[in-house]
Amino acid sequence: MGPGPGPGGPGARFKEAPEVKNRKETVRRLWQYLKHERLRLIVAVVLIIGTSALGLVGPLLMGRAIDDYIIPGDMNGLARLMLIMLAVYLGNSLLMWLQALIMSQVAQRTVHLLRTDIFAKLQRLPLRFFDTRPHGDTMSRVTNDVETISQILTEGASQIVSSVLTGVGVIVLMLILEPTLAVISIGSLVILSLVVNRYIGPRTRVGFREQQKHLGTLNGLIEETISGQRTVMAYNQENDRIEQFLEQNETLRQHSVRAQTFAGVVGPIMNFVNNFSIAMVAGAGGWLVVDGRTTVGVVATFLSYTRQLSQPVNQISQMYNQLQSALAGAERIFEILDEPDEIDAASHEIGHQAITRGEVEFRDVSFSYDGVTPILKHVSLHAEPGSVTALVGPTGAGKTTIINLITRFYEIDSGHILIDGTDLKDINKVELRRQLGIVLQDGFLFAGTVMENIRYGRLDASDEDVIEAAKMAQADDFISHLPDGYDTELTERGGNVSQGQRQLITIARALLANPRILILDEATSNVDTRTERYIQEGMTRLMQGRTSFVIAHRLSTIRGADQILVINQGEVIERGTHTELLEQGGFYARLSGSQSGGGDEEILRAEEEEELRAMARAQAQQ
Amino acid sequence: MHETRRLASFLRKYKLLVILAPLMMIGEVAIDLMQPRLTQHIIDVGIANNDLSTVLQTGALMVGLSIVGVVFGVLCGVFAVRAGLGFAADLRAALFRKVQSLSFANLDKLETGSLITRLTNDVTQLSDAVQMMLRIMVRAPLLLIGSIIMAVFTAPKLSLLFVVLIPVLLLIVGLVMSKAFPRFIKVQAKLDHINRIMQENLAGVRVVKAFARHRYEVDRFGRGNDDLRDTTLSAVYLMVLIAPVLMLTVNFGFVAALWFGGNMVNDGEIEVGALVAFSNYLMQSMFGLMMASMVLMRFTRAEASAQRVNEVLDSAPVIVASTTASVPAAPIGKVQFDHVSFSYSSESEPVLRDISFTVEPGTSLAILGSTGSGKSSIVSLIPRFYDVTNGRVLVDDMDVREWDETRLRDHVSIALQESVLFSGTVRDNIRFGRPDATDAEVERAARMAQAEEFISGLEDGYDSLVGQRGVNLSGGQRQRLAIARAIVRGAPILILDDSTSAVDVATERRIRNALAELNMTVILVAQRISAVVNATKIIVLENGRIVAEGNHEDLMTNSPAYQEIYRSQIESGVANGAA
Repeated sequence: MGPGPGPGGPGARFKEAPEVKNRKETVRRLWQYLKHERLRLIVAVVLIIGTSALGLVGPLLMGRAIDDYIIPGDMNGLARLMLIMLAVYLGNSLLMWLQALIMSQVAQRTVHLLRTDIFAKLQRLPLRFFDTRPHGDTMSRVTNDVETISQILTEGASQIVSSVLTGVGVIVLMLILEPTLAVISIGSLVILSLVVNRYIGPRTRVGFREQQKHLGTLNGLIEETISGQRTVMAYNQENDRIEQFLEQNETLRQHSVRAQTFAGVVGPIMNFVNNFSIAMVAGAGGWLVVDGRTTVGVVATFLSYTRQLSQPVNQISQMYNQLQSALAGAERIFEILDEPDEIDAASHEIGHQAITRGEVEFRDVSFSYDGVTPILKHVSLHAEPGSVTALVGPTGAGKTTIINLITRFYEIDSGHILIDGTDLKDINKVELRRQLGIVLQDGFLFAGTVMENIRYGRLDASDEDVIEAAKMAQADDFISHLPDGYDTELTERGGNVSQGQRQLITIARALLANPRILILDEATSNVDTRTERYIQEGMTRLMQGRTSFVIAHRLSTIRGADQILVINQGEVIERGTHTELLEQGGFYARLSGSQSGGGDEEILRAEEEEELRAMARAQAQQ
Repeated sequence: MHETRRLASFLRKYKLLVILAPLMMIGEVAIDLMQPRLTQHIIDVGIANNDLSTVLQTGALMVGLSIVGVVFGVLCGVFAVRAGLGFAADLRAALFRKVQSLSFANLDKLETGSLITRLTNDVTQLSDAVQMMLRIMVRAPLLLIGSIIMAVFTAPKLSLLFVVLIPVLLLIVGLVMSKAFPRFIKVQAKLDHINRIMQENLAGVRVVKAFARHRYEVDRFGRGNDDLRDTTLSAVYLMVLIAPVLMLTVNFGFVAALWFGGNMVNDGEIEVGALVAFSNYLMQSMFGLMMASMVLMRFTRAEASAQRVNEVLDSAPVIVASTTASVPAAPIGKVQFDHVSFSYSSESEPVLRDISFTVEPGTSLAILGSTGSGKSSIVSLIPRFYDVTNGRVLVDDMDVREWDETRLRDHVSIALQESVLFSGTVRDNIRFGRPDATDAEVERAARMAQAEEFISGLEDGYDSLVGQRGVNLSGGQRQRLAIARAIVRGAPILILDDSTSAVDVATERRIRNALAELNMTVILVAQRISAVVNATKIIVLENGRIVAEGNHEDLMTNSPAYQEIYRSQIESGVANGAA
């Protein structure tokens, strides 16, 4: 399964944040991460209280300036008050800055810890996880979800706290200063805002959900058409595709207009609420002053406070959405962290058994991917140290599964696998895999130089060792013809080297690792003749002196094997050398014969589809 | 802003909305700006003279105006949203049409993944930018300039404060931004780095596990992660300076206004209400300034999107449609290469050199050769996916460059190397080859492509959904559907470009036998010698040249190259049915 959009479709990344399933639990676990930053958080909260308080003092002092000094004309007093105001504002900015500094540290450190944990977790997850989950989905959790959490921590959290504090502070101060005016200001502002949010909020949400759905469909169409663009052209289907597109494009436009119009008028309406409240305060305030019940300074203070109050009311509803998607993101991350680890002998405190000879034995091993469809049934086999075992049989018969079990990528359901007489379960995985070399047909290369890619087999290998291994693998020839030789940068997909050459690099990598047990997947259908010969030679050298399991396709390999295991429908149905098996005249003989005519292709396809179905079921259960 | 401006032509259709939206915004801002003046009136005229009716009348006027204001504001919103979304829909459609008109060579250059992002994310970015331009980009400067003008009217002498404040603010914002910007670019690079490690570990999980390299990978990721944290913090440390410093400047300006204004009130130069109004305008103008600087930041992102979108709009199809657009009198299905040379671009090495051969109607040609020898290039010249560099490709004795392009592609049916399935049913996917094919024709094609058996094994048979949301099909099954699609086309010339690589040998043979019953010209590209032995003619390619030509028997006697391939494949034997 490759990276990229999985079954969720390309629309998945445009999906709105899903409901948080277990808010309490998610918050609790997020707190486990924030706990490390407890001290910083406490300081930040204190600083937020400080800035919010100082922010409230400003307008209060302004009112005093007007009432006590400007109107009476006490310029000395005004000068003193101005100095106090300067100090207050200076303090306000200073605390605000410190708070932002600390919170960005909290955010970055927490996110850093989360990323570290996720990555370490990915290293511990069993292969089943990667085989059954679209990589795109996992990537999105690691990138987008982590990013949302980072954002809410950097700005959102402190904004919510300061909004609430400012809102409460303003209301309290207003009530103390002049209760009548306070009721008018709070009443008109808060009540109108709530009404607006109540009315527009749900409509916007519904509208946006619709819009996202149609955007997803349209993006899906775009993605699919462009990915298959060459086919579209080859079949003259351009106009048909354009028609489909235009129809979807128009549907999306209509839904977007509906959704975004609702969202787009929130701004002006809130502006109105603000203006309306100020008008009310100015009018009513003026009345009260004329009545002699309050002063001009208090009205000026109230005008400022009303403005200050409108901000938190607006922000809190916005922040709520952001908080919601951050929690949903956190929940998705915790889902990965909660996946069960790969079982490792190290946890049993045994596994320090070294693998020295490389003897492999299966005793009555059964296995199924989904717990329903058995893929291997009572398989027993024995490979002498240094021997070559060829695994032969139709696609889907269970050859790859045997390999997945030797490497302990998957755990067996029953039976025993023994290496050098020790149960696989009692061998430390690191030790096991240090002694295992694997060469798969789609040789995976990392972004990096050729040198680095080969050295992956043994990290402390010198440049000379690497080149030596490349020579043995017959890879030196083409590597030295690359533009920068061993320092040529390879792309992740290995675009600048052919598939066969990639396999040569992976053979060199396995040679460098010098394992006791080797696993080779031979199929080379897309490789040219010369490279194929190189691969053959490289593999032959690689197998010398090691216990080798080969998923074999070439008759020469099979002929040279010490034993051939013919696997069909999850069972070893025949075993022996090439000549022995031909003499038996059984399935193997027929299989070889099917090259030149007649044969068991019916079985082949039925088998292939059965294994695919089993995999699909395992996926569906995830 | 150059790239963004080029896209303005997409707004022409919405001219009325584009003019009306800012006009409405002017109305809204004007009313916002009147509020402090009216407050001043309440204080200086109403309160000062103890005139309750002036107070109440002015208050009522303010309420009334705010209602007019919301009408303006809402209309502006409605117009801007419509213009922005109309722009997005038209731009997206233009891009989509463009992509449909491009040639293979354009697609090679633009890359699929990046094209998709351009049509999705980039268009959304630009649509947001248009809406912002029509609203905030109008509002912010209006608010700034309007407030200053109103401040000058209210208290001309005090307005000298702006002369000090504005340059200071611009300096601070400019300074921090210019320092922070390069750091944010670095942050992006670090983020890309750890994402790549993550991606590699997902894709290469077997290798990482097989070599037990988890500790190495954790270290590698840890270093990148540390780096990312430190770089991000270094950028964020600068950014968190902006808000407090701006606030400080504005507040100091406010204190200065109170001080100087207070003195002026004392000297009888202005009234108290004017001072309150002035400080209000001061705050509003600063708010406008901050808003403008924030929006400008967003616009730099839109500029990058615009550039990527323009790149698509600017690409011209490499293949120019024939001016004559003729069609031969009777379709016979003959293909001829006449000294053809071809390279994918003028800078690159030719992949085909001096290729000449003829495929007679109703016969078959097999092209054999190693990866990169030019097999796929040959067949992609026949439906004119690319134009030759030298020589001629003739279909039914007419140069493909003279053919009507659509008719040529209806005449040549090709199953490409990548077997693409579209969302829809199995039936839809086969019918993609010929939309008016009957169910019976679809099923016959599926039978010939040896796909019927697995299709009937699917839960819904021919109506099973495949593609993005459908069932998973194996590589071999997808290939067989692609072949069925090519067959149902019913074109005189059928090309299979290595499209049986994932099908087992026996099935492949049966597909070949079925094709032989059709009276078609068949050209097939193959790696396996077993696939080509029965072809009327085989050509062997090496490094873009034909090194051998003839039928199997001829080549076995005459061609060392062919013999070598035969030995390596047949004598070593392909033991397992499926590759």
